[in-house]
Amino acid sequence: MRITLTVNGEQHRLTVEPRRTLADALREDLGLTGTHLGCEHGVCGACTVLVDGEPVRACLMFAVQAEGCAVATVEGLAEPDGTLHPLQEAFSVCHGLQCGACTPGMLMTAAHLLAVEPDPDRERIRAEMAGNICRCTGYVGIVDAVASAAAALAQDERP
Amino acid sequence: MKCARFSYHRAVDVADAVTALAEADGEGKLLAGGQSLVPVMALRMAAPEVIVDVNRIPGLDHLEVHDGVLRAGALVRHAALAGQTLHPLAAAAARWIGHAAIRSRGTLAGSLAHADPSAELPAVLRACDGAVHVAGPGGSRRVDAAALFTGALQSDVGEDEMITAVELPCPDAWGFAEFARRHGDFAVVSVAAARFGSELRIVVGGVAGTPHLVPAGDLDGPLDDARVASLADAAADDVDPPSDLHGSAGHRRALTREMTRRALASVAATPAREPV
Ligand SMILES: Cc1cc2nc3c(=O)[nH]c(=O)nc-3n(C[C@H](O)[C@H](O)[C@H](O)COP(=O)(O)OP(=O)(O)OC[C@H]3O[C@@H](n4cnc5c(N)ncnc54)[C@H](O)[C@@H]3O)c2cc1C
Ligand code: FES
Ligand code: FES
Repeated sequence: MRITLTVNGEQHRLTVEPRRTLADALREDLGLTGTHLGCEHGVCGACTVLVDGEPVRACLMFAVQAEGCAVATVEGLAEPDGTLHPLQEAFSVCHGLQCGACTPGMLMTAAHLLAVEPDPDRERIRAEMAGNICRCTGYVGIVDAVASAAAALAQDERP
Repeated sequence: MKCARFSYHRAVDVADAVTALAEADGEGKLLAGGQSLVPVMALRMAAPEVIVDVNRIPGLDHLEVHDGVLRAGALVRHAALAGQTLHPLAAAAARWIGHAAIRSRGTLAGSLAHADPSAELPAVLRACDGAVHVAGPGGSRRVDAAALFTGALQSDVGEDEMITAVELPCPDAWGFAEFARRHGDFAVVSVAAARFGSELRIVVGGVAGTPHLVPAGDLDGPLDDARVASLADAAADDVDPPSDLHGSAGHRRALTREMTRRALASVAATPAREPV
């Protein structure tokens, strides 16, 4: 099937099999391998991207369902000149990643959280990030990173 | 971990979806949020030949109250249900479902059709004595909550039928309590409680193949701590839960007592509604 979708602001036309997941279309057809796959059945959160601003498991959505949608992936977080997004900066500084397998999903989940709830406390961060599994860090660095990015973003907002 | 091949039909309206299912002759499946169906397909526990995507059917995401009953379209997402204030019990229950990325896609009708024994919304439908509207080749019919859930992962929705709307009566007072091993996991035990006038309805999820209605009877006196405690004990006695890797029967029974106590404490604490 032929589909058109926008990824990180750029429009793409693709021909995909109906069973192609959005995650595989991003990775295999568009070469955007920043979106990772762990379990491929919805439980690990590694593949989380934003579709029309909402967080979505890209392994549980078929690419044909994204027809006409705007998809945001981890590749779109940093500035075009490579300047890291405050969340990426904070994950680096706070040791919010080790192997990095979970990181793209963590970043996109956190990006959505901070968009809808700019000032979450640590309990809220833990609750909202609970759908993303990390086998390396023990999570403390991830919670630190999201809290510190929230503070940095609030600072940026200030006039 | 990749799904088997299927052909894809994007339904434009309910009639189109039902026709596509009929043409698939038992080999078709509706695709709503995909949060239960796609994992099952990825694990190759299901390999439908035809997928009928209902996500683009317009007009199925309405939420409105008429005569004390919330009427919700099939495609109301868990996130929308969690965010509304018309039916606080449904909102409280929906907040317990999975994670933000699950709630943004998963739908009310999908959850009811899927009928997971641990799912929150089937328990709420039963506690509120609600109903679903089902469209099929022969027209549409209404199925009460009591008849909808026929077993674990089984509902009275035929392979050529589609739930189009859900009716959830709004209780005068309500409570919802759940125990899960991790925030967003399926419940080990959940309890939905609803009071309509003097009728108290307590439904326990996670202890049987279908949501379990505890005979609670009429509330003749006040719902004070002693009454709450005795109803919680009665609920724990009434269930006959299974043992599995998420919890033993004894653990689930103890959880039934405590979750019932918590849900009823909220029922007792619900402020009286403004007369309208
Ligand atoms: C990581 C994870 C955690 C989760 N945690 C929870 C949880 O804590 N609690 C919980 O309740 N659920 C949980 N879920 C499941 C989620 O709630 C699903 O959204 C829900 O069970 C099914 O709804 P859906 O819209 O995604 O349906 P789909 O997956 O699209 O479909 C499920 C089934 O229902 C049928 N169907 C769908 N729509 C209709 C309709 N309108 N009429 C008739 N049949 C229909 C489909 O054909 C299919 O057989 C979780 C899922 C994941 C991946
Ligand atoms: S790969 Fe999608 S949730 Fe694990
Ligand atoms: S950094 Fe390795 S899984 Fe999270």
